[in-house]
Amino acid sequence: MRLLVAGLGAAAALTLPLWLQSPYHVHVVIMAGIFTILACSLNLLLGYAGQLSLGHAAFFGIGAYTSALLTLRLQWPFLAGLVAAAAASGLAGWGIGRLAFKVRGAYFVLVTISFAGVISLVSVNWMELTNGPLGLPGVPAAELFGVSFRTKSAYYYLVLAGAALAVLVCRRLVRSRTGRAFLALRENEPLAESVGIDAVHYLAVAAVTSAALAGMAGSLYAHYTRLVSPEVFLFTYTVTMVIMVVAGGKGTLAGPVVGAVLFTALPEALREVVAWQWQMVLYGVVLILLVFFLPRGIVPAVGAALRARMAPRAGEPRLEPGARSPLP
Amino acid sequence: MTLAVRDLAVRFGGVEALGGVTFEVRPDTITSLIGPNGAGKTTAFNAITGYLRPTRGTVSWDGQAIAGLRPSQIAARGVVRTFQKTSVFPSLAVLDNVLIGLHLRGRAGWASVLLGRGWVRREERALAAEAEALIEFVGLAARRRDVAGALPYGEQRLVELAVALAARPRILLLDEPAAGMTAPEKEAVSRLIRKIREQGVTVFVVEHDMRLVMGISDTVIVLNGGRVIAEGPPSRVQADPEVVRAYLGSTGGAPRGPAPGRC
Amino acid sequence: MEQLLQHLVNGLVLGGTYALLGIGLTLIFGLMNVVNFAHGEFYTLGAYATFTALAFAHLDFFLAVLAALAAGAAIGAAVERVLLRPLAGESIDTTMLVMIGVSIALQNAVLLGFGGVAQSIPHPFPTEPLVLGAVSIAPLRLVVLAAAGGLIAGSYLLIHRTRLGQAMRATFQDPDTAQLMGVRIHRVHTVTFAFGAALASAAGALLGPVFLVYPSMGDLAALRAFSVVILGGLGSLPGATLGGLVLGIAEELGAGYVSSGYRDAAGFLIIIMVLLLRPSGLFARAERVG
Repeated sequence: MRLLVAGLGAAAALTLPLWLQSPYHVHVVIMAGIFTILACSLNLLLGYAGQLSLGHAAFFGIGAYTSALLTLRLQWPFLAGLVAAAAASGLAGWGIGRLAFKVRGAYFVLVTISFAGVISLVSVNWMELTNGPLGLPGVPAAELFGVSFRTKSAYYYLVLAGAALAVLVCRRLVRSRTGRAFLALRENEPLAESVGIDAVHYLAVAAVTSAALAGMAGSLYAHYTRLVSPEVFLFTYTVTMVIMVVAGGKGTLAGPVVGAVLFTALPEALREVVAWQWQMVLYGVVLILLVFFLPRGIVPAVGAALRARMAPRAGEPRLEPGARSPLP
Repeated sequence: MTLAVRDLAVRFGGVEALGGVTFEVRPDTITSLIGPNGAGKTTAFNAITGYLRPTRGTVSWDGQAIAGLRPSQIAARGVVRTFQKTSVFPSLAVLDNVLIGLHLRGRAGWASVLLGRGWVRREERALAAEAEALIEFVGLAARRRDVAGALPYGEQRLVELAVALAARPRILLLDEPAAGMTAPEKEAVSRLIRKIREQGVTVFVVEHDMRLVMGISDTVIVLNGGRVIAEGPPSRVQADPEVVRAYLGSTGGAPRGPAPGRC
Repeated sequence: MEQLLQHLVNGLVLGGTYALLGIGLTLIFGLMNVVNFAHGEFYTLGAYATFTALAFAHLDFFLAVLAALAAGAAIGAAVERVLLRPLAGESIDTTMLVMIGVSIALQNAVLLGFGGVAQSIPHPFPTEPLVLGAVSIAPLRLVVLAAAGGLIAGSYLLIHRTRLGQAMRATFQDPDTAQLMGVRIHRVHTVTFAFGAALASAAGALLGPVFLVYPSMGDLAALRAFSVVILGGLGSLPGATLGGLVLGIAEELGAGYVSSGYRDAAGFLIIIMVLLLRPSGLFARAERVG
């Protein structure tokens, strides 16, 4: 049954440009894809390793600028720029990872926000490098193996590949010894250490992977919009990613995907009906409501509801709703 | 494979929680560390296992100095401890708790995992099998899929034990394993500790329950005011006048009564 | 040299209001362990309340500031009662997310209500700067400095000389014992949050007329508040006061001698450096709420 659903989904995804005619809708799907990568990456750090990092837009932005600068100023090929973007963000992530170990809880949150703030200020003020508030227009189109990804339909496939890669990376990591180490650190760090899990190392792995994926998303964004400006560092983007992860379900694999699609599609759908400022007010209200009523997010809540319909097995104590182990 | 502690001291601000203790835990024994509250027992555990930095002194395990290493590095050398407060991975299932405990038994790093190497899958299957065996060993087979945080207290402590054993300790430091347990649960714990020793693991226990301690220990070390005041087989330590004085001073009774949950 | 003195004086004026922001946040963050991401929004609310009072109701300046204080306290109390109290036992992440939600909702509500264009607040003071030796200072800024000083002094009096302040300190040091001694912890929390919000609103009311008001002005204010709290040490009033002055002066010196674009960097950099080098801040944890 599952295989059938997955197969249908894959078929739909692969043929999307054929049945989704409007370029605007394809644009929305592309943005959803980019945000899927961002949400999945944030989920690694926030949901699995349990580190509330609120500077994620910094990794996105570093990736975008790195890719844009290398392809625009140094004529690097697209793929090399993408890899460099991931590497640059990954390096920043490594720094954050080391920091996460020294500085905890609310202070870590503040440090990540400050880090993003400083990077943002640098991008606005370092005119020679980043061209300041005007940004970098004319970023070259993505080109792979001779194919130029200029049209929306073509770019859709590129983003689809990127999103698939991100989900695959997260899935592999999470369902492994590494993923267990992340969870252990989130659940009970002293206990994790006592069985040989090195917190410094694993926090770094989580942070680097998370940042590198976000950097890749940044590169994809840069070559899609063909213009990179300091607005990529906006705190709004970070907040959006956090909402996607938290609403979708942090610490689950499907959660960020659901969250990304929902919170990309919803504002676009509401755009006709509701003014942008009201949307943002709604975002805030939604976040508050989520924390109160759906603290675990949509995916676990749906999962628990489905499970509640099945009778509990005899002789075994009932589990907490939504407390199903994320491991196989 | 001896755990040797020499002149170990820990100072917090102005207070010396541990004032230069020296003792040895010999291989293949069950050694207990007892003493009135505040004597420094958990501090000693924390200093030995890397959760506290000693102000002075050395800790050597199997001939190598381990003081100042990170807890995960010390655990990697076979020195594993449990915690005074119940310590499990609360929102994960018992099976996953133990799988995490088996961390050191695996070799798959993030690179091998991402590349999807074949041997990683084989390793996962082997680890899953080991986890099942460990759960059987502590008697929690019926609870495999239950969320650890939702289990009753006594069973959570069994999960703790399974997790610690999963890390393949050569010496196991148990911090008050019987605290808050009923008499039959304590019996079960005593039996388990003996079974663990039979497997070739040295056991170093901090406990308050004297009957349990005197019943299972080969050696008893007594701490008071941050210093060792007696060391030897249970019968000798029980009769030691300084030990009696230490306990009379704090609780008004010689260290022989069962009185669970005292101190 | 005169340049330096001028910068110092400007820095003091700003620093006084930053101290207000910091004292408010250190009480909330320190006493209630709530990471108040909406702190900047109370600052904004205070500024807009003053704007409304002066531009539309034509109130006296000081009444306007008082109105702002009252508005901040009222909304703060409401937020605490409705959103934070039910979450009392939850982890710090949860309350953080809720406050982020409040921040987004409030900021955009202001945007909806007043529009995005920056406005200037009319004030009754002469614009001709007073010249005192080598430095010149606008009368408005002098008033701001005096008012900030008065409010800081008032805060100290509240914390140290009133029963309420005693209850707050007791709750901070040892909530369980305080409760046993008859302190109504829930009430103390509500009052503390309201007080902290009121101080933030006061800062907005005072600085609003000096610069311009616009809906997102709270973002930088929040940054400065956190920076001051971290610099001064969580829960320490003298720390927040000193930290506020240091930040104000640092910003002025940075803007004057480095580049005005990096003025805001001072706040971020202070946070990063303090947390890396001396996480407990200038005043160690032992000195809390007093």
